[in-house]
Order: sequence, then C-alpha cells, then structure tokens
Amino acid sequence: MATAARSIDTQSQADIPHPEAVVVRFAGDSGDGMQLTGGQFTLSSALAGNDFATFPDFPAEIRAPQGTLFGVSAFQINFGASEIDTAGDAPDVLVAMNPAALKTNVKDLKPGGLIIADEGEFNARNLAKAQYDVNPLEDGSLGKWQLVHFNISQLTMDAVKPFGLGNKEALRCKNMWTLGLALWMFDRDREPIIQWLKDKFAKNPVLADANIAALNAGHAYGETAEIGNPGAVAIPRKHVDAAPAEPGLYRTINGADAAAMGLVAGCQLAGVKMFFGGYPITPASSILHALARFKEYGVTTFQAEDEIAAIASAIGASYAGQLGVTSSSGPGIALKTEAIGLAVMTELPLVIVNSQRGGPSTGLPTKTEQSDLYQAVYGRNGDTPLPVIAARSPGDVFDCAIEAVRIATQFMTPVILLTDGYIANAAEPWKVPDMSSYKPFPVSFLDHVPEGGFKPYGRDNKLARPWVKPGTPGLLHRIGGIEKEVDTGHLNYSPANHQAMTDIRKGKVDGIAAHIPAQDVCLGTEGGKLAVVGWGSTFGPIHQAVRRARAKGQDVSHIHVRHIWPMPTNLGDLLRKFDKVIVPEMNTGQFKTVLRDQYLIDAKPLNKVSGQPFRIHEIEAAIEEALA
Amino acid sequence: MNDMTPIQKSSPKDWETDQEVRWCPGCGDYAILKAVQRTMPELGRKPEDTVFISGIGCSSRFPYYMETYGFHTIHGRAPAVATGVKLANPDLDVWIITGDGDALSIGGNHTMHLLRRNLDCQILLFNNEIYGLTKGQYSPTSRVGTKSPSTPFGSVDRPATPCAFALGSGARFVARGFDVSKHLPDVLKAAHAHKGAAFVEIFQNCIVYNKDVFEDFAAPKGAEARQLWLQDGQPMLFDDGNKGIAMDMDTLTLKVVDVANGDWQSAGVIVHNVKNRALAHMLVEMPFGEFPMALGVLYDDPRPTYDSAVVEQNAKLSEGKTPDLQALISKGQTWTVD
Repeated sequence: MATAARSIDTQSQADIPHPEAVVVRFAGDSGDGMQLTGGQFTLSSALAGNDFATFPDFPAEIRAPQGTLFGVSAFQINFGASEIDTAGDAPDVLVAMNPAALKTNVKDLKPGGLIIADEGEFNARNLAKAQYDVNPLEDGSLGKWQLVHFNISQLTMDAVKPFGLGNKEALRCKNMWTLGLALWMFDRDREPIIQWLKDKFAKNPVLADANIAALNAGHAYGETAEIGNPGAVAIPRKHVDAAPAEPGLYRTINGADAAAMGLVAGCQLAGVKMFFGGYPITPASSILHALARFKEYGVTTFQAEDEIAAIASAIGASYAGQLGVTSSSGPGIALKTEAIGLAVMTELPLVIVNSQRGGPSTGLPTKTEQSDLYQAVYGRNGDTPLPVIAARSPGDVFDCAIEAVRIATQFMTPVILLTDGYIANAAEPWKVPDMSSYKPFPVSFLDHVPEGGFKPYGRDNKLARPWVKPGTPGLLHRIGGIEKEVDTGHLNYSPANHQAMTDIRKGKVDGIAAHIPAQDVCLGTEGGKLAVVGWGSTFGPIHQAVRRARAKGQDVSHIHVRHIWPMPTNLGDLLRKFDKVIVPEMNTGQFKTVLRDQYLIDAKPLNKVSGQPFRIHEIEAAIEEALA
Repeated sequence: MNDMTPIQKSSPKDWETDQEVRWCPGCGDYAILKAVQRTMPELGRKPEDTVFISGIGCSSRFPYYMETYGFHTIHGRAPAVATGVKLANPDLDVWIITGDGDALSIGGNHTMHLLRRNLDCQILLFNNEIYGLTKGQYSPTSRVGTKSPSTPFGSVDRPATPCAFALGSGARFVARGFDVSKHLPDVLKAAHAHKGAAFVEIFQNCIVYNKDVFEDFAAPKGAEARQLWLQDGQPMLFDDGNKGIAMDMDTLTLKVVDVANGDWQSAGVIVHNVKNRALAHMLVEMPFGEFPMALGVLYDDPRPTYDSAVVEQNAKLSEGKTPDLQALISKGQTWTVD
C-alpha cells in the first residue's frame, strides 16, 4: 500500500488561493461510483497532509432506478489546513453527475459556491426523472452560484476510446475522470491513485488503463482549460495547505474498521480469544466483514441465522472461555434484548456493538441517529443494568472497543458500545497508536477449587463472579437465566434472595464508576455560564461550535461524555458548576432525560432527528440563544 | 472429539447432582434422566468435559440435574448457545436438551440451522405434544383436535413431524425412542457415537396435560405389534417376526406384509440400512396405526462437521502468520508526519 511522506513545504503555485478549509461534495447516481471517488479523494487529502472529515450519504436501495431523486448517492469531505471536526456544514463545491444529484444537493451549497455539472446527463429523460421542467443549467435558476458544465460523459468516452470498452463500461470511468479533475483543482498528486487503480484492477489491466486514462483526461481538462484552450470552461483552482499534526504514522480509518481492530486489541490486552457472532444489517455488517479476515488474531466469526442466534452464540462462546462479541443496529439489538438479559443474569462477559441508525422499526437504514440510548441504558425486562459506552468519532471507536472489552472481562458483564451510521462509514485521519502504551488487563480463569469451596456466584472485590471454562475439573456448575442463589448459583426464587441478587447486580454495575476516568471538560473551563454536553458522534459539530463561540468571547464549555452508564462520579458536580446546560442530540432528548434523572439538573435539549448530523451553525445558534 | 483417554469408569451416581429434581411425580422426564445418567459412564467422556445446554420448558431443567457443566438458556435458543460453546471449545461434549415447543416452535429456526450446519452435538428433543410448563396449551406437535386452554374446541392446525423436519433440515443422524423404553440408552449411545449433529426424538409422557398420548404404541402390552425397532443390517420385522415392512413397487411406498415361518426374504421385507436417506424419509412418515411406530436409529450417515470445518479453516489461514497487532493497525493507506 502507498505510504507517502507528507511534505510540509508547499510546492504549489503561489498564484492560486490557499483557503483554510474546503468542503467538496460529490453527488451522482448510485451507479456512478461517487463513494469510490470520495474515498480516493479522501486518501489524496490525507497524503497532502490535510486534516479532514468525511460524510458518505447513500440510499438504502442497492441499485435504485437510474436518474431518480431517491437514487442519489453523495460523499462529502471537509479538508483543511487546521483542525477539522466535522464533514462541514455547507459545501463550497458540488460535483453533480446528473440532474437528480443537482436537485437534491444544490440547496446545501454555499452562496457563491461552485457547481460542476456533467451536462451530458442533462437530457430530457433525466431532467424529467429529476422533475425539472426546464434545464437548470440553461434557465438561470442557479444564478446565486458559480456554474461550470461540460459533457463529462462524452469526454470520458473519448478518453477511454482506445481501450475498446463497451458503452456502459466506458461510462463507468466517469467517476475517475471527475476525480482527475478534482485532483487538478486542488493541486494533488495523481500517482497514489494511479497505483491504487493498478492494484484494484490487477486482474483486468485494460480496465486499469482505461480508468487511469480517464483520470489523466480529467486532470488534463483542468490544465488545458486554465491555459485558455478554446471550448474548455475555466475552473477555479485552490491549494489547501497541510494541517499541523503531531509527528507519527497516520492512516485513514472508519468506525467499522476501528471497532474490529479495537476489539482485537482489547482481546489481546485481556489475553482471551474472540468469538464474534453476527447477522448482516446495515450499517453494522462491515464489522463482521473486517473481523472475518482476522483469523490469525484468534478471532472466530460466525454468521448466524438471525440476530438472536448471533448473540446467543456469543454468550455460549463466553461461557466456554472466549470473549463473545456481537454487533448490530437498532432493530437487531431489539431482537437481541432477551439474550442481553441472559448475559446480565449469568454474569458473563460480552460486548454488544450498536451502530445506531434512524429508527423506529426499519427506519432509515443508511442514515445516522442517536436514538438507541434509552434502548441501551434501559431497554430490557426486569432491573437489568449494564455498562454503556459511546464513541465520538471513527478513531475513538478503537479506544472505546478496548474499554468495552476491559469492563466486560474485569466485571463479568455485557457491555454495550454505541457508535452510529455516521461513525461507522465516515473516515478520518488517525494517528496509529503505539500498542505498547496500552496497559494489559489479563483475565484470570478460575482453575482450581479456592479455599472455602467453589462458589459459582461468589464475588471478588469488584463484585465480579469467577469465570470458569467448562473442561476444568472440580468446578462443575450450572448457570442459567432463572434467578440464581447468592454464592451457590442454585435455582432460588425466594424473595430475600431475589432482592439480594438484584442489589448485587446493580451494585456491581454502579461500582464500575470507580474504575473509569473522571469526567473532563474537553474545551473551556470547569464551570461558567454554559456547558454544551454531548455524547457520541455529535462531538465534532459541538466541539467546532464551542470553539467558534469561545473565539467570539462567549463563556461556553464543551463536555463530552464517553461513559454513558454508569457515568463518571464527578459528572453531577461538574454540571452544577454551570448556569445552563444544553444537550445536543440526534434524537428527541434521551441523554438529556438521563442527565435530568440522575442529577436533577435543568438540562435543555437541542434535538435533530433528520437522519443527518448536526451542522456547526445549528449548535452555534443554540449557544447564542442560551447566552442571550 | 470422541478420542477416548482411559479413565476410571464412572457410575451413574457420578452424573447426578445434589439438586432436588422438580418435575411432576410420574413425569416421563425422570425416566429419560435415568437413562441418560445410566448411559454417560458408557461413553468414555469425563463429566467436566461434558456440557448440557437447554432452552426453556419442563425438559430444559435437565442440566440442573446432571453433574456436568450446564447452561439453562432462554426459550428456543439452546442450539445457538451450543454453537458458540462448541466453536469456542470444540473438545467439549455438547448435549442439547429441548422440547417440542422449544425446538420446533420458538426455536425452530435455530434447530434447522444447527442441523444444516452439522454441529457436532447430541440433540435430545423431548416430545410430549404439549406445552407443559405454561400449563397445557397445544404445541406444534399436537395432533389435530387437541383440546387445550388455548384450543378449547380442539386445535385445527396440522402438527410437525420432528424427525421429518430434522431430515428436511439436512440432519445426518435421526433416531427415535421413548421415555420408559429399555432401548433408550442404546439410542443415546448411537447418537453419541455419531460425529455430527445427532437428532433424537424422545416421546415423553406428560402425565398432567397430555397423559398417555403415546400409549397406543408405548404401552408394554402388545408393544411388539406396534413398535418397529430398527437395526442396521437387519430386516424390518415386528410382531415377533410375524410381520415386516416391504416396498410396494407399484406405488413406491412402504407396506406391511405378513411373514410366514420366518421367511422374511420371500415376503420382501426390507433390510434396514442406516445410510439410506430415502428410506429414512419413508420411515419417519409412516402413519401410525396402519404401520407400527418406527423406533431406534432411523438414519446415520456422518459427514464432516461444522465445528471441524471452522477449526480447520481458522488453522489453515493462521498458518505461518504471526499475529502482529501493531502491523495490523498500521496497514492500509498510511502517511508519516515528521
């Protein structure tokens, strides 16, 4: 794989503008390869040393009818010369590969922003499908933006003609032509992309050559247009400088890969093998896909017949002495709920990853939301407490997964790790951590009869019961979902025993609070007029909004909570040091309610449930209002 | 899995727990428990290497009474839990205890997939044709017309045939027995000897909600005329050798024939072949009454197991590779900041 050393000195032309950050959105039909274009442009941004955040936004349909409004797939990237926290509010540049892509995306474009459209696709049929009565490229309706359009389809066909591809195959190279143009626009090196194409199409060199030709043609189009080639439309060019970054090795990472690697890392630190039981569901499947390739790391993956079997098999594996892990999205987690209760009752370690998506029911499978917090914290029959952790960004999932494994194995409990569709799919630059800097937390299986006799539900000082592998002589015992007697684990329904066991289960999970870091203020001061409290993937927009507000001199701080349950012991006191607390969430106010319940504070909600992440200005406005 | 290390032979007592057995007095489950405890010492496995996994229902209390490792899970999910147990520790001897509601209704999906995958384990399905623990509702194996609290005027839906379901799901071992039968330990031994998923339907008398529902074939009196105990390589004879099962070549169905003077050959009686899958399908579907009840090992034709395939693939793909986490996380498209 390409490893490029970032060069800090800019060898770009001095005469092109050097903006602080640029937001580009590539939008096209689902079949146009926009996610691929975006992914490779992201790589190129990384190699150019920019900080960045991305937002892939694609339809739930695999092959939506061509040219339709609901079949539009988009990829947004915000790249900059300083710290980037979000994929950006409004694009500066919109690449629209057809009328539907223009229609569904242009309203987000900044006033004065640049539209690049493939006029070859603006034919009568596609215009009708996008419900345009007249061609928007010609009727002046796009007047508040800069508009350039040319026939990308035809230019691509011309470029790949020598390779003898069929029409359909030739047109597939359009996305590489577009990428080539984008690389020229932002003064980027083509070489890593060319190498990537050669690797990708290693088995079909003709396709590799055609795609490379399209890439080069797109790039050349920009160049020749600049020197005033007649007939070519001039395109503005920009260079975004490298962002200052800590020295070290970096890579791009999305949340799904970070979860897979973090779980492997956690299991290594714990000294246990991993068993992953999963069932395909968007957007959680990619964790299963990633782990299925990690065989040499002691990972067994099992694609079960359903969500219930996925978690039940993981529980079985935990019982047998490996760490059981399962992953899903809201509807799948709902199906797993009874089994989560079994894991709580049998006090077995288990990690459950929920890549949240828009709900309820099937909801918005490919869109992001944070609406499974109640489900995670409260959503089971009986008094069934378990720890909940939420990751704030793709890279953060790695550390959160390790933390989930630590808590699960040290406290003999299922742990829910919340990510979401945005985190799972979005990519960010990630400084590869030094694994030797992580402190191991080895598990110890009980392998002999301890003094005083073996008690399957005896406790250590953390209230955790012993983990015994079947196969161990002398420690035969039975467990199950039916209420267990204190210490012995025998069947026992007596009132006093149920009270005692309920108290123990609650006490054990509550006690975890003493073994997690104290809550910090990630930006601002420990007290003041306003705290914006977030959890999960709202971290980026909140952080940026608070940074901007503080730059304006406003008294506002950002508190980001990773440990949703139990919460850090100092959180209540910390929140009381602020006059006001607002809680932005992509749900109708779930964490706000938990905070109110736990601390009797007047936390105010800021809610967005549109399947789209917060925009920075939405939070800035809420800060303004709260401080007014 | 069944590699035997010579151990001191245990006695049935060694497989009994100190827990009070809580089934209704007279329940068929007691006889099955005894049969299993009597069989275990014969199998050459140690109690600590043995795991009993159950779902929910009367039968599913079984693990509490076996001095082995045990897991009483949730309704219908024992096969899924067992799959995780076996994949995480393939050396364990895994037994699944389930009932007609647990295995065929709420857990039908898991039963099907466990059989299809061929996980190496024994599945003992206690079929009493009723929901006992929830107080007597009709079950997926109840006969049409079963009157129960939920079907006060008689059930109208057709029952499933557990062994036919198992074969249809791809089972490579299918056997039948009943609670008080003296042959049950032999059936259990054969199930254990089969490498792969061994499906055993055990007719079990629920004396409270479905008393004597199997009496027509299980009653000791006249049993020889109503029970066909199958043995590999032996002619399918019953009624003290006076009757047998033959093939009607015109309709390609089984028929009952009279056997005179022990001359089963000329009567056309079929010799049982446990590897004959087509025959197994016919045997499990023989309507009782017109035919005797087919019991014993109906089908036994092993095939590579799922767990061994997983272990093999994991080993093959790990061969010669050193797990290097630092290298793993440093993969992909990387760049260095100096």
